[in-house]
Amino acid sequence: MADIQSLMGAVTAALPQGKAEIERGAELVLRLPRESLLDAMLLLRDDPRFAFEQCMDICGTDWPEKPLRFEVVYNLLSLALNQRIRVIVATDAATPVPSVASIWPCATWYEREAWDMYGIVFEGLTDLRRLLTDYGFEGHPLRKDFPLTGYVEVRYDEERKQVVYEPVKLTQDFRNFDFLSPWEGLTTLPGDEKVHLNRIEAPKPEEAKP
Amino acid sequence: MSGSSAMASEAGPLAAAADPKAVASATGAEQATRTVEVDSHTINFGPQHPAAHGVLRLILEMKGEVVERADPHIGLLHRGTEKLIEYKTYLQAMPYMDRLDYVSPMCMEHTFVLAVERLLRIEDQVPERARVIRTMFAELTRILNHLLNVTTYALDCGAITPALWGFEQREHLLEFYEAAGGSHYHVNYFRAGGVAKDLPAALPERIAGWCRQFPKFLEDLEGLLTENRIFKQRTVDIGVMTAEQAMEWGFSGPCLRASGVPWDLRRSQPYEIYGDLDFDIPVGRHGDCYDRYLVRMQEMRQSLRIVEQCLARLKPGPVKIQDNKIAPPKRGEMKRSMEALIHHFKLFTEGYHVPEGATYTVTEAPKGEFGVYMVADGTNRPYRCKIRAPGFAHLQAMEVLSKGHMLADAVAIIGSLDIVFGEIDR
Repeated sequence: MADIQSLMGAVTAALPQGKAEIERGAELVLRLPRESLLDAMLLLRDDPRFAFEQCMDICGTDWPEKPLRFEVVYNLLSLALNQRIRVIVATDAATPVPSVASIWPCATWYEREAWDMYGIVFEGLTDLRRLLTDYGFEGHPLRKDFPLTGYVEVRYDEERKQVVYEPVKLTQDFRNFDFLSPWEGLTTLPGDEKVHLNRIEAPKPEEAKP
Repeated sequence: MSGSSAMASEAGPLAAAADPKAVASATGAEQATRTVEVDSHTINFGPQHPAAHGVLRLILEMKGEVVERADPHIGLLHRGTEKLIEYKTYLQAMPYMDRLDYVSPMCMEHTFVLAVERLLRIEDQVPERARVIRTMFAELTRILNHLLNVTTYALDCGAITPALWGFEQREHLLEFYEAAGGSHYHVNYFRAGGVAKDLPAALPERIAGWCRQFPKFLEDLEGLLTENRIFKQRTVDIGVMTAEQAMEWGFSGPCLRASGVPWDLRRSQPYEIYGDLDFDIPVGRHGDCYDRYLVRMQEMRQSLRIVEQCLARLKPGPVKIQDNKIAPPKRGEMKRSMEALIHHFKLFTEGYHVPEGATYTVTEAPKGEFGVYMVADGTNRPYRCKIRAPGFAHLQAMEVLSKGHMLADAVAIIGSLDIVFGEIDR
């Protein structure tokens, strides 16, 4: 793998509008404003210092509490220089993200999937059909506010001799267990420090084995 | 009637002698007036076609027998794996990975496990024996996958025998799966921090015995296919992908290497113990269906080499991380130690909490780059788990690959791309 520090230096110098960081010392993440996405992507592909010929993956993530709730995550790979970069742009349900399908043709399906799953609109994508969900599906199932059970269920109706869609009926309420114990959030109680010590936190100290 | 037929038969040789002229004049007259209908029409290939390798629905726009446009409709096997994983603990999410690419289950688990280990920052603490076992089973899985692909691909091209032979070998491999993980197929064997349990004592010897007879089988299989005239007619120069095209369409794995790009994640971005192993990367030249077949055949030999090296490296030792916050304690310990009991209970109800962070972890799965983009938010469940399936990118290029080819070639192309819908539809 190429030296990630020097790659970050080059990326920061070439794309001052973006914010680059290295995650866990191994993965380079570049956050870009939406408007400069296309130019930056072209640069990342064509500049011999970066040479990201391959767009391996595009996906959305949903953060409902943020003002720009969606993130589009591009995972690029350079075969020539053996390096990876993750480009992230933020958007909301109404604002389109420029499509990179003209830069990497394989982006079409990934963007269609992101549209299908999150409702992220891509500007310049000619083929904005749903990809993975059923024909005539409504809603965007990977959004955090979309229930796991969905809204409709299908069954074959023997009388009508066809498959029918019906609202989901649950014989038992959907149970979503909350494992964030309220005790662990409290730091004010005296003598409760042990709870926090036993949680797996980011830089984990070596534990003495009994 | 009988008289006339006798006359006709008598006149047979004469008529035949006069035939060329008569035929020529007849066709000449026809050519002036005959209109041949070659307007394009659309046919629906699948979703229940045996050569579609699953539930692929392909809308083919044909001009005569030539494919003009191919529009794959996918998602008929969509099970919402990514959504389901968001509602499961990391441990509970493991079985879903088996069911993605159900032809190479352990390689899917491998990526997921590596991603979780990275986020937990325990990738350096995984014991050596667990690494060797995981590498060995990843390579056995690669053979398992390529055997299925190559033989059913040959089946699509009209050869039945390879499938019958190959499935016998697959059965042996699946028995190793069963011995190691307890299940024939969806083993759920890898864990963050190691593997679920140690191998049975006799298993390495059984695998070694299988390794000794496998080269003979590969030779037999190559004897059936590699120089087979019909197979070559069906595959050579069909579905050609140049290296540039393959790169821009996001190809990876054998499909990329068949186009002449020597790229293998096991070599260029080594994970597990691949950095210490000795193996070659077969590379094709033409990027056609035949080269994709050849690359897979050679990869099986290389995987066999890796398995043999892993067997030699298999030393006794622990098979999972010693941290009972992540790996369950031993059963015997639980009978004596209160703490072990609590750990066990907490682990299988609440699971472990993974610190905040995100990772895009990739492995060289048999079909190509299999990636997991995982976002953890500090709870015991993944916030987001995007699965990057290699077949997804390959199938998307179906349109480029099949344009201008015959309908029967589209079948050969699908077979050569190694499409499995579990991973494409997720």
